[in-house]
Amino acid sequence: MMEKMIFGRFLPGDSPIHKLDPRSKLIFVFAFIVIVFLANNVVTYAMLLTFTLLIVLVSRIRLYFLINGLKPVLFLMVFTFLIHIFMTKGGAEVFHWKSITIYEDGIRQGIFISTRFLVLVFMTSILTLTTSPISITDGIEVLLNPLKKIKVPVHELALMMSISLRFIPTLMDETDKIMKAQMARGSDLSSGPIGERIKAVVPLLVPLFVSAFKRAEDLATAMEVRGYRGGEGRTRYRQLKWDMSDTFALVLLAVMAIILFYYRG
Amino acid sequence: MSEILSLHQVTFSYTPEVAESRNAVDDVNFAIQEGEWIAIVGHNGSGKSTIAKLMNGLLFPQQGEVRILGKPLNEDNLWQSRSQMGMVFQNPDNQFVGATVQDDVAFALENNGIPFEEMVTRVHQALAQVNMSDFMNHEPHHLSGGQKQRVAIAGALALKPKLLILDEATSMLDPQGRMEVLQTVQALRAEIGLTVISITHDLEEAMLANRVLFMNDGKKFAEGLPSEIFSLGDKLVELGLDLPFAWKLSKLLQQEGVPLLGQHITEEELVNDLWTSNFNK
Amino acid sequence: MDIKLQQVSYAYAQGTPFEKRALFDVDFTIPSGTYQAIIGHTGSGKSTILQHFNALLKPTTGEVHIGNRIVAAGKKARDLKAVRQKVGIVFQFPEHQLFEETVLKDIMFGPLNFGVAVQEAELRARKLVNLVGLPAEVLEKSPFDLSGGQMRRVAIAGVLAMEPEVIVLDEPTAGLDPRGQKEIMDMFYELHKKRGLTTILVTHSMEDAARYADNIIIMHEGKNVLSGAPHEIFRDTETLNSFRLEPPRIVRFQQKVEQLMNKPLSKVCLTEEELAAEIARELREERAEQ
Repeated sequence: MMEKMIFGRFLPGDSPIHKLDPRSKLIFVFAFIVIVFLANNVVTYAMLLTFTLLIVLVSRIRLYFLINGLKPVLFLMVFTFLIHIFMTKGGAEVFHWKSITIYEDGIRQGIFISTRFLVLVFMTSILTLTTSPISITDGIEVLLNPLKKIKVPVHELALMMSISLRFIPTLMDETDKIMKAQMARGSDLSSGPIGERIKAVVPLLVPLFVSAFKRAEDLATAMEVRGYRGGEGRTRYRQLKWDMSDTFALVLLAVMAIILFYYRG
Repeated sequence: MSEILSLHQVTFSYTPEVAESRNAVDDVNFAIQEGEWIAIVGHNGSGKSTIAKLMNGLLFPQQGEVRILGKPLNEDNLWQSRSQMGMVFQNPDNQFVGATVQDDVAFALENNGIPFEEMVTRVHQALAQVNMSDFMNHEPHHLSGGQKQRVAIAGALALKPKLLILDEATSMLDPQGRMEVLQTVQALRAEIGLTVISITHDLEEAMLANRVLFMNDGKKFAEGLPSEIFSLGDKLVELGLDLPFAWKLSKLLQQEGVPLLGQHITEEELVNDLWTSNFNK
Repeated sequence: MDIKLQQVSYAYAQGTPFEKRALFDVDFTIPSGTYQAIIGHTGSGKSTILQHFNALLKPTTGEVHIGNRIVAAGKKARDLKAVRQKVGIVFQFPEHQLFEETVLKDIMFGPLNFGVAVQEAELRARKLVNLVGLPAEVLEKSPFDLSGGQMRRVAIAGVLAMEPEVIVLDEPTAGLDPRGQKEIMDMFYELHKKRGLTTILVTHSMEDAARYADNIIIMHEGKNVLSGAPHEIFRDTETLNSFRLEPPRIVRFQQKVEQLMNKPLSKVCLTEEELAAEIARELREERAEQ
């Protein structure tokens, strides 16, 4: 069941994208999200799409994973597509039936918005598929470091995040085990009226919380014994390395932005 | 030979305000010398895990004191003392902090502010010592229980501690995992003369030690060589432990009328006795 | 109630790039009323197998017969509750399944799910708490106030309360001290004898398999590779080693004694008592010959 989840999963590899520094990838994706909004006509949207597909190609990620990443937002895509088709007025009439009229502009807008969704989902998926969660955490920690000056506990947040990531598989296994144990005792999570089903979650949640707290306690003890007492005076084992290729990636994006700006209507 | 750690009349209760409650640890004394391996045995609830917590300052005794390298353990030297003691706990999953094997081994080094280059050397060295170098970049959920415990040992070794404490570190492992961990510890003793305290209810593990401390109801019931402790015989069973295989068998053999010189702790001794008493005539 | 596996294969995450096959054409029958041990190295597929015994997993191919119910690949299975009531599973570290406010309620959880009347369920709980070796006072306590060993016993009572005909034990003594281990194993053996429960013990422990089981099935890399009575299985050390297993200590010791005597004993002994008697007999014979 849970092992089928693809979204947010990391696929190890050695493509040029995999090798980029997480910081450059994070900056790249956030800048890209802004740049996407520059596009406003056929030429610029076509450029965006081509640019994205080129990056997919370089990342050597199978389309399967990207398409799967689309699934959760597919409904949203179709929904906004339809809204634009029916609601946008302007340009030539393409279709008319009773009170429903579809205009050329509506179709164009619908396609534009869907493309926007597509490139955004592809780009963020490429980030998570090519960067291990822990590298993303490292990247975020370093990028947010300046916030320490205004007393944001950046180190603690990053540590929390990396420990959560570390425990996700453990807790997923645990959930599966407890669920099976309760099913073996006749608990039924998949049928019956909704009230019954909500009740059936209690035997799952209580043991899960109990065990999560027990783990947290054990972990805290283990960390204390191993000398953890906050971020002060700590050194870092995980080092990030900014290469020429990272600079190049960001320059490429800047060039793309300039071109988009030039061709937008 | 110098003293690494000692307990002096240590008494601890989890509920000191309740007068009639039994002390979890009651007036316990012992000392471990450099290079020794001491096993602390006892049934679950005998106070042996509380002792572990007292040794590294997770708990402080109400009476008596814990000395580390001759100095009483207190709030001021707590962190310094902890860096001298590596500790491996029971549940392999709940002590793995890092995202990968090498990150986990580096955790204590980071906490102690060791510079990066030094960390890299020490992580590699520690992983080599537990024979896990091929797993540097593995994530914890892809490791077996025994492998995780070996990583935990490496994490402790990286700090070059004076003492390694195993708090029921093998009790959740399968037979192969248990063997891996014990072999690792034995190899480390041979290689760097590591001082070890292992808290366990596994008698085979206790037999590997130089000295055994037998806990019951928070008190030290007996202390001695493994052979001395195991010759307590049925008393062990009465207090929730088991008898060594060879001891059980020698007793049964004598009951069956097989002449033997005595009751034995190790299989080897029993086989030798069988040979001398019955065949070598 | 027999349990029969026919050509059972199972793959996790089927149909995704993460697909991982865990079982390959597993084929065996567990006859009603027997005590079976399933042994294998970690990763041999034994925990996947055990989830097929009460349809927690459905085979990817092949079929599982549980009494007269058939759970087959590709077919929708309805009313699995009836199957699950008959086959109780004590999972590894079963204390992790406790959740109720009191021990009593937790033990009653299973029976109530299977439609047993409240009074009857309570009656069962009161009897069982005694059977698993706990005082009646614990019934009103929160399970989370008990010691680890006591929690284990409560969880076991919770499975027994369903009154299953088959009981599957997955490393039921892991983490217990020697006394706790022996008490739990002896209790299950007694239940097996007294109530004719079919018992399936999934374990790493060759010692427990040797002491309690009528028959042993060995799993290796997702296949059942060997099956037989303990004294047959443990005779062949080489084959066992090829499955990354070792015969129990007692058998290894017997081999040492045989080397010493320079001849094999008349049978493979599975308990210390048996071996002591056998050695004594052999020695007496030897002396008589001289």
